Amino acid sequence: MKAFEYRAPRSLSEAVALLAEKGEKARPLAGGTDLIVQLRGGRLDLDFVVDIKWIPELNQLSYDPASGLTIGAAVPCYRIYEDPVIRRVYPGLVDAASIIGGIGIQGRATWGGNLCNSSPSGDTIPALMVLGATCTIAGPNGTRTVPVEQFCTAPGRNVLRRGEMLVSFHIPVPLPHSGAYYLRFIPRNEMDIAVVGAGASVVLSNDLSTITAARIALGAVAPTPLLAESAGNALIGKRISDETIAEAARLAQQAARPITDMRGTIAQRRHLVGVLTKRALHGAIERAQKGASHAH
Amino acid sequence: MPTKVHVTAKINGDEVEFLCEPRQSLLECLRDILNLTGTKEGCNDGNCGACSVLLNGRLVNSCLVLGVEIDGQEVTTVEGLAGARELHPLQQVFLEHAALQCGICTPGFLVAAKALLDRYPHPSEEQIRFWLAGNLCRCTGYDKIVRAVMDAAKKLSQRTGEVHP
Ligand SMILES: Cc1cc2nc3c(=O)[nH]c(=O)nc-3n(C[C@H](O)[C@H](O)[C@H](O)COP(=O)(O)OP(=O)(O)OC[C@H]3O[C@@H](n4cnc5c(N)ncnc54)[C@H](O)[C@@H]3O)c2cc1C
Ligand code: FES
Ligand code: FES
Repeated sequence: MKAFEYRAPRSLSEAVALLAEKGEKARPLAGGTDLIVQLRGGRLDLDFVVDIKWIPELNQLSYDPASGLTIGAAVPCYRIYEDPVIRRVYPGLVDAASIIGGIGIQGRATWGGNLCNSSPSGDTIPALMVLGATCTIAGPNGTRTVPVEQFCTAPGRNVLRRGEMLVSFHIPVPLPHSGAYYLRFIPRNEMDIAVVGAGASVVLSNDLSTITAARIALGAVAPTPLLAESAGNALIGKRISDETIAEAARLAQQAARPITDMRGTIAQRRHLVGVLTKRALHGAIERAQKGASHAH
Repeated sequence: MPTKVHVTAKINGDEVEFLCEPRQSLLECLRDILNLTGTKEGCNDGNCGACSVLLNGRLVNSCLVLGVEIDGQEVTTVEGLAGARELHPLQQVFLEHAALQCGICTPGFLVAAKALLDRYPHPSEEQIRFWLAGNLCRCTGYDKIVRAVMDAAKKLSQRTGEVHP
């Protein structure tokens, strides 16, 4: 690995100032499970590494039944899936947190790092999108908020400008009778990168028979993780049935723009989008019907 | 040329101080600076688990941690498992079950299995397989390793007088 300098600021303002001053040759270090691999492989050339794990705002993990969930950007996967409130209220986040790498990776890999690495296959990203999560970004000119679906702009690229960093995610309180689910296809059971990932969230009517709102998001089938809005919207006002779910899956397949690479072909990925969208919807509907996401 | 950084940490219960460059991984620091060569290097990119250590009680891949990051923290390596006179029960059962052949993966498996048993003293076989999924072994076919961990769980709970549920 090429030599670089290391700083571990204790405050957000200090970190932003360092990143702004050093520009392109500086990057935040969270869990390092992408960054250290890229530095070692020579894909990234830095003079300055800013360890952001000691900044209090980036480590918050708090749920308020009135305003929702705040996840600090430096919160690693294990804190998500070990948190009893998240397990109860946001099981769709637990789906994603518990499949990233193995236990050793989950001990380090953060939610902010997954989004900021901006890989089309990042597993947290569709899971956050379907829950309507927003990002709080801090920079030299103050803070701004960006919906997760607008954060990634191309493989490895995102909306962060010089000196900016991700501080936290905010996820609204789930509506009554709602549920979310995320899953992916990989050739083995764990320790692999998604060939396709699919997340879904639904809100059901009081009698649990009709879908009143839905979001579907896909991973690894476009240059960025993708919110398939047309697929989700097609479910609004529809009674739950195999036909309506199949129609949403078909629209998700249309929204996907997959490529062929070492993990899969265009045809296989398009097929998988159909299968996984159906499964994600069934999973989300089941949770909504069982009342998995009780806000209180 | 960045200067070396002074790091103070607790490793296997001992206060340790060393100098390292920021680019040196915890794995390099353990092996090349502190001469704790029990922790192995396999892939150097997070996939094989040979470099597994506990950082503040959490399983991590030491090839993906910088040495400077452990300043003020606690690390347990495979050298910290055995007691003064006897092997850790996990080490003992690995021998009894022939859960190793060439042995390069063994320190990583031992540390990962300890992380599991520290948290879940009575793991199911499926849980063991998930917890060890980040560790690769080219020799044993894994089954003996899984049996050994199940046996260790049993022995450890007998030792502490617990009843297996
Ligand atoms: C063996 C292995 C298995 C993996 N399996 C999976 C998997 O199954 N699914 C998956 O999605 N990923 C997987 N990954 C990739 C990686 O673990 C995840 O993307 C992880 O979430 C990255 O988080 P991190 O904290 O390690 O990020 P880091 O490596 O610390 O950072 C990643 C990038 O984000 C930037 N960054 C980090 N935090 C911030 C911030 N707050 N503000 C601005 N920029 C920031 C960094 O500068 C860097 O460019 C795997 C990696 C390995 C090594
Ligand atoms: S050497 Fe660290 S995971 Fe392989
Ligand atoms: S014993 Fe040889 S790699 Fe596991």
